[in-house]
Amino acid sequence: MVVDQTLEKVREIIEAVEKEQSLEEGDILLNCLHRVQDVYQNFVPSEAAELVAERLKVPLSKVYEVLTFYTMFSTKLRGKYVIRVCNSLPCHVTGGSQIIDALFKELKVGFGGTTEDGLFTLEKTGCLGLCGVGPVIMINDEFYGNLTVDRVAEILADYRARGEAGV
Amino acid sequence: MSATDKTSIASEAPAPRVEARAATNTILLCAGGACISSGEESCLQALRATLEKYALQDVVKVVETGCMGMCDAGPLMILYPEGVFYQKLKPSDMEQIVSEHLLKGRIVESKLFVDPSTKVKITSAYDDHPFFTKQVKIATRNMGVIDPMSIEEYIARDGYFALRKVLQEMTPEQVIDTLKKSGLRGRGGAGFPTGLKWELTRKVPGKEKFVLCNADEGDPGAFMDRSILEGDPHSVLEAMAIAGYAVGAQKGYVYIRAEYPLAIERLTEGIKQAKEYGLFGENIMGSGFSFDLEIRMGAGAFVCGEETALIESVEGKRGQPRVKPPFPAQKGVWNKPTLNNNVETYANIPPIILNGPEWFTRIGTEKSKGTKVFCLAGKIKNTGLVEVPIGITLREVVYDIGGGIPNNKSFKAVQTGGPSGGCIPAEHLDMPIDYETLKTIGTMMGSGGMVFMDEDTCMVDVAKFFLQFSVDESCGKCTPCREGNRVMYEILERITNGEGEEGDIERLETLGQSIIDSSLCGLGQTSPQPVLSTIRFFRDEYEAHIREKRCPAKVCRSLIRYHIDESKCVGCTACARVCPVAAISGSLRKPHRIDPEICTRCGSCIEVCRFGAISKITPI
Repeated sequence: MVVDQTLEKVREIIEAVEKEQSLEEGDILLNCLHRVQDVYQNFVPSEAAELVAERLKVPLSKVYEVLTFYTMFSTKLRGKYVIRVCNSLPCHVTGGSQIIDALFKELKVGFGGTTEDGLFTLEKTGCLGLCGVGPVIMINDEFYGNLTVDRVAEILADYRARGEAGV
Repeated sequence: MSATDKTSIASEAPAPRVEARAATNTILLCAGGACISSGEESCLQALRATLEKYALQDVVKVVETGCMGMCDAGPLMILYPEGVFYQKLKPSDMEQIVSEHLLKGRIVESKLFVDPSTKVKITSAYDDHPFFTKQVKIATRNMGVIDPMSIEEYIARDGYFALRKVLQEMTPEQVIDTLKKSGLRGRGGAGFPTGLKWELTRKVPGKEKFVLCNADEGDPGAFMDRSILEGDPHSVLEAMAIAGYAVGAQKGYVYIRAEYPLAIERLTEGIKQAKEYGLFGENIMGSGFSFDLEIRMGAGAFVCGEETALIESVEGKRGQPRVKPPFPAQKGVWNKPTLNNNVETYANIPPIILNGPEWFTRIGTEKSKGTKVFCLAGKIKNTGLVEVPIGITLREVVYDIGGGIPNNKSFKAVQTGGPSGGCIPAEHLDMPIDYETLKTIGTMMGSGGMVFMDEDTCMVDVAKFFLQFSVDESCGKCTPCREGNRVMYEILERITNGEGEEGDIERLETLGQSIIDSSLCGLGQTSPQPVLSTIRFFRDEYEAHIREKRCPAKVCRSLIRYHIDESKCVGCTACARVCPVAAISGSLRKPHRIDPEICTRCGSCIEVCRFGAISKITPI
């Protein structure tokens, strides 16, 4: 039973967070959701949200209130790799719009879209704090700076190879 | 060794200066976020492998440090004892650096930093170039010098000595008094006197209080908080414990953006080490004072940088601002008295405690003491992170430290204070940078991001860009901010599309002022600033867009077209081949033409033309 195993994992996550962080009750919701999202390929499915609500003793509506407020959480399945494009001025003045155009062209999706192969989801983000090397993108937890159109193609090819290798 | 033993060693050890390291061969490799994104990790692997190849791994110490500051030249490296500074490293350079520099003592000329203005190669740029020598490092004192993952290296640089001094020699009132005398003001943007904030929090009755660190750095163009947490996490942790002692809090939270995974990792490790050393936890250094600290992560909401929204988010809720008063000092986290300071503010505190307030007041201006960390980004030669005395002129920052504007372009403006601030045009280049002076021209110090713009930047486009940001990031609580910014954005979009009307500028000004007057939190109250500020200094650009349908900087796509000068075009076909929409026609060795109906104004053709035959024309 794949579903049950994953839910078991969510249970373990909540227990682990409760153990590590115990200053006050109830303030660990965001940290739990971050970790749950790591287990389910970049999103929080309804059954996991229900379990989080039950274990933390908060209403399910509150879990969804939080999930839908913060841009890094998703209630819909996202790609294996979430590409976040910095959409701030420092990246814009150093040629960010060309990088965005290149990503649209390479991935054939717009912001919020997931590629047909389920590998990439394209999103825009606020400043990533690497303004010295703009334009910048973030793929899951990795950063890529000083981007050019050619470099974008290289990086995506690298991730496609990783995706095929199942890494 | 028990935790208490370690503490006593830590607190009694003399303070060996880091210069001691110069006695042996040491390589400092910058492992700041920017250098990592430019390939630092593969350089490190190659360096380690090469050292092993020459059996040098035991005599050469390799240290990954925090941000050295000069981000665009990364990855960076400093070799001691000589202090030679190498830049723009690639894994393939390591062989030469080891075999030539380390083994034969010959400097690898090709990897030296070249002054962008004079074209002179500088051997030890870290000691000799104005980018570094004009700086006064207080908040960033350890960055690029120590290994941020090592509490021992932090302690060796007087780390946790301020905490010891406070716990053993000072009363909470004396700590607050020291800060008040130092004149330190909040580095997060508003510039509220830090000592006063601490005093207010201390005076509120309550057994349980909290100390917060706002590490939700979101201003576009600001990355000092990220760099400090990545490069010297203990400087912030130590100051938070001092704050806890001074205001009477036993618990603290660092609230940090999830977009900063590396900073989170180093901070987590820092807290773990400090706990092992007994510098956090119960009865710190036998003083009877206990302090515990945890990290809370954001999840992508700019508004959480606003202190009351941050508090909501720490409590695990949507980050929507609260009404003030009550202020966090009265009712903050869990409605308990809460002290909230920014990362850079905290990083300043241990040196102030150790060196005394008079030392600090010697730096800066009359009303703004100390230094400020600025992040240089955009159209400037030396991008990166610098810490300078407050009151330095913008000209010094642009030309001495920043090296000027690249590609022989001229300085047009710099945006300070991010989406809450405004722009400073060339006519104010000689203005001193401090809290008060910036306010007089309608901008603000903000968190210290500086985005430089050259003559090719359209100020209407910039204003539109910031407003788009505020529209995206508005939490939605107040109508003026949620709807008003959207309407302002629509007006700007019309203007940049060539559909602007007479009266649009005035409409923007009126609407902007009402948003300022009627929004609840600091974000809403400042969101129209970039528009108002660009109107103030670049009204003629707005008018050109509206009246002449012309974009003077040739940026707004609806107001420009691309044109091929037939007398310069040699018919090489490069442009036609690169055009993604096949808008360029013409046969080999014959002049080409662009069809403006098909052209999407992407600019690819201009980049590939080697004959300067393609130009942008406005109005169409």
